[in-house]
Amino acid sequence: MNDLVIQTRGLRKSYDGSPAVRGIDLAVPRGSICGFLGRNGAGKTTTIKLLLRILRPDAGEISLFGNRVDSEAASVDARRRIGFVTEEKQLYPYMTVGQTIRFTRSFFPGWRADLEARYLEIFRLPADKPVPKLSKGMRTQLMLLLALARGAELLILDEPTDGLDPAVTEEVLEALAGLTAAEGTSIFFSSHHLAEVEQIADRVCLIDRGQIVIDGALDDLKTEYRRILLVFAGDAPESVAALAGVDHVRTRGRTASLLAHGDIDATLDRARLLRPESVEVHPVTLKELFLEHVKGE
Amino acid sequence: MKCTITLDTLELRINFSSGVPIYVQLMEQIKHAVETGAVRAGEQLPAIRKVAEDLAMNPNTVVRAYRELERDGILELRHGSGAYVSATHTTAAKTAALERAAEILGEALEEVAGLGLSEAETRRVFESEFAPARERAKTTRRRT
Repeated sequence: MNDLVIQTRGLRKSYDGSPAVRGIDLAVPRGSICGFLGRNGAGKTTTIKLLLRILRPDAGEISLFGNRVDSEAASVDARRRIGFVTEEKQLYPYMTVGQTIRFTRSFFPGWRADLEARYLEIFRLPADKPVPKLSKGMRTQLMLLLALARGAELLILDEPTDGLDPAVTEEVLEALAGLTAAEGTSIFFSSHHLAEVEQIADRVCLIDRGQIVIDGALDDLKTEYRRILLVFAGDAPESVAALAGVDHVRTRGRTASLLAHGDIDATLDRARLLRPESVEVHPVTLKELFLEHVKGE
Repeated sequence: MKCTITLDTLELRINFSSGVPIYVQLMEQIKHAVETGAVRAGEQLPAIRKVAEDLAMNPNTVVRAYRELERDGILELRHGSGAYVSATHTTAAKTAALERAAEILGEALEEVAGLGLSEAETRRVFESEFAPARERAKTTRRRT
């Protein structure tokens, strides 16, 4: 019995022969907030479109709520339980905020009037304002309200805070954290803003060039990874690169900076055999992990 | 008499972008509040939802911190009611230990001050000695 709201195996998608997603295995547990990270063009939006069956995969399997999504009917079933905001953020331009909400509400029997009222107040959305007159932040908040109030078990959000100012971003993050706390809603959201992922995600999945490079519980990653700084009497030996447990090494003259994970003490013991003059161990931030894993490979 | 501690009393300052796991920061700050007497035995901590929403942080992280604090005997989680500061936690012994620690480290720092290092350099040495020192302490305890 696995309680994963999203699970994929070997997901692949190419556009005109150029691969966008190259074998992605996702596993998002129920009740978690998973930040889906990567640079622009890493394959985040393609993956989200595959999950929602806006695109069809070339290969691989998708399961949502433990059920295989391999037909249109299965996807419709799954999407009834999902609220999503994609990058297009499309709304009908001839409607007001209130009309948009009433129109959307009519499609969802499980509509939560309490959540609608709550987020209307939190986001201070004017009901009689026409959609084209809304600011970018308000449009996003309206989209989020529509996704949140339909009583979904899972939210899939593509860059939900893209282009929002810090105050509005904070409101959105508070709303998302509050929703998971109150309703147990699972959230899978893509972002390239590390700070907001660190703030509300308990899991992160980092992809680069269509492949997963880091996946796990954020606090566990921070516990597992360490930066080890070695200073040698002469030039740092080439052999530091071959140390077991070391992911990345940068050497500059007499110093070597290692990104290590797993049994840090064992790695330190091996590093000490190279007779460095000094050894320092530091915690690693998500930003460092991100940069180490996505650059210059 | 039941008393719920407000978030303001705890003065939580979480640095989300630091390398220190968020649940660890949360644990340490709550522990600190208990140790300094800012919060007392029997008092109720803010609800998980309240902490998550007000600090815009992950509720599972708050749950993890509360659970670990329960395991450490600092909190008591009562099903359906919330988290309470444990009565069994001996604040007096802890206060004495903290005073003693301040004394030991104070003396060590005085000695280090004579070496001509900057404060930042001293801090770095201190931080990097943490893990090895803990390991040595563990081994010594195992031997004795």
